Amino acid sequence: MAKLILSMDGLVLKEINLTKERTTIGRKPHNDIQIDNLAVSGEHAVIVTILEDSFLEDLGSTNGTVVNGQPIKKHFLQNNDIIELGKYKLKYVAEASAGQAQLADFEKTMILRPGASKGVAAGAAQAVAAAPAAAASSAKNLGDTAAIQATAAQGPASRPSAAAPQKAATLQLLSGPNAGKELDLTKPLTTLGKPGVQVAVITRRPQGFFITHVEGASFPVVNGKPLDAQAHSLNDHDVIDLAGVKMEFFFKT
Amino acid sequence: MTLSGALEIASCTDPGMVRSHNEDSIASDADKGLVVLADGMGGYNAGEVASGMATTVIITELQQLLEKTGPYGVDDRSGEEVAHQLLRDQIAKANTSIYQAAQSQPQYAGMGTTLVVALFYDNKMTVAHIGDSRLYRLRGDEFSQVTRDHSLLQEQIDSGVITPQQARQSQNKNLVTRALGIDPIVEAEIHDYGTQTGDIYLLCSDGLCDMVSDDEIGLALQTLSSNLKLCAQHLVQTANDNGGRDNVSVILVRVLRGYAAPRGMIRKMMTWFR
Repeated sequence: MAKLILSMDGLVLKEINLTKERTTIGRKPHNDIQIDNLAVSGEHAVIVTILEDSFLEDLGSTNGTVVNGQPIKKHFLQNNDIIELGKYKLKYVAEASAGQAQLADFEKTMILRPGASKGVAAGAAQAVAAAPAAAASSAKNLGDTAAIQATAAQGPASRPSAAAPQKAATLQLLSGPNAGKELDLTKPLTTLGKPGVQVAVITRRPQGFFITHVEGASFPVVNGKPLDAQAHSLNDHDVIDLAGVKMEFFFKT
Repeated sequence: MTLSGALEIASCTDPGMVRSHNEDSIASDADKGLVVLADGMGGYNAGEVASGMATTVIITELQQLLEKTGPYGVDDRSGEEVAHQLLRDQIAKANTSIYQAAQSQPQYAGMGTTLVVALFYDNKMTVAHIGDSRLYRLRGDEFSQVTRDHSLLQEQIDSGVITPQQARQSQNKNLVTRALGIDPIVEAEIHDYGTQTGDIYLLCSDGLCDMVSDDEIGLALQTLSSNLKLCAQHLVQTANDNGGRDNVSVILVRVLRGYAAPRGMIRKMMTWFR
């Protein structure tokens, strides 16, 4: 569950858990988060929470609502967003950040279905209804989220990596009409060769660069050894022979 | 009916980097022009059971039915297209089987599965889907998503609550609004699409599209189109390189040549000879 941390001049005033589907912010006492300051409108803004996602909406306040320095009307809150209302700051913290988030990430597919409305489902329905009317009908379909118990998967919390190795690599042609030319391997996939004759692909992966045979009767040759159908990891200064053209693979320093 | 030689099919399925079970299930029959992909859900091994039942029921039943007759034309009584009727009936049968198993056996309670099925015939395909397993198409340079998920996020996108860009940041990714085997009756979304020689179709579970951006999937299809098997393996590998948080399954179908309904040709010949 996400929460808001209310502060002024760097001083933390309180923490508010976003348990309700609508959390109102304003100067008047009936608001969920009351900020008694003249710069804050009576009904200033509202945070609509749909399951794990929260949306901030300005309710036509006199002085406006600012998120991360930008005035907004409606905003999909992301972890560590700073909401500013006059002198006051509200920091949005998605609880996910503390391990639980990763569990949530790992949650398996679940079904939302009509049926006994639980708090969350009702929340979702109301929240969506607060959005454009078109949403209202779809919201009716939302229901018992517990229809299928989500079981967090086991296993190490392997976050998606940057998906690319740190080192940049280049291919230099050693023979053929374009000898001397260099080709930077910046794309996740780089194909080499002549379509219909012989094609190989170099894939850029977190573990490094790999060459794989794609099509053609003959396989690429690396350092004098022909490859098989498997991907082959490329090392610095490997020499590739493909369709009669030699090229050298090297990492950029 | 046989489409042998008209379609090339390659597939790959993997549990991913995090999960111990593979709850996805895939099946295909190139001669019958049939591909099925299901992504199961439910505790213990119930997800595998649900997705396995879905693919088995649909592929074996349809194989038998298609043995007798091609899915051409319109049913005389109902006025509905035969292909739609075939798919709808078999999906209903799979739904009933899963639902009843879930009702009768406590360890399967609440299991269900998403589904995407494509049936190729007469230079077109009929696609039926339920949940968030997808079908994409690569035609020339254009890579596009054909099916629309039955998910909370898609509904939010449709109603303007969030944008597709924001959807990628959402924490509510895993919520589908329709699934096979959850209720006694389920409605599959069924549409027809024309196919062209050279088209490549991709069926995948959310384990692929959650981990790999559409741009990157499109690039892989374009670059590796000459080797479908490698392309399927590469897509799974990319999902795993990016974290592989869910089971990943892909089926690739390439249209090698036209496959117009034979009935049309026979009819033409008949009129010729008359």
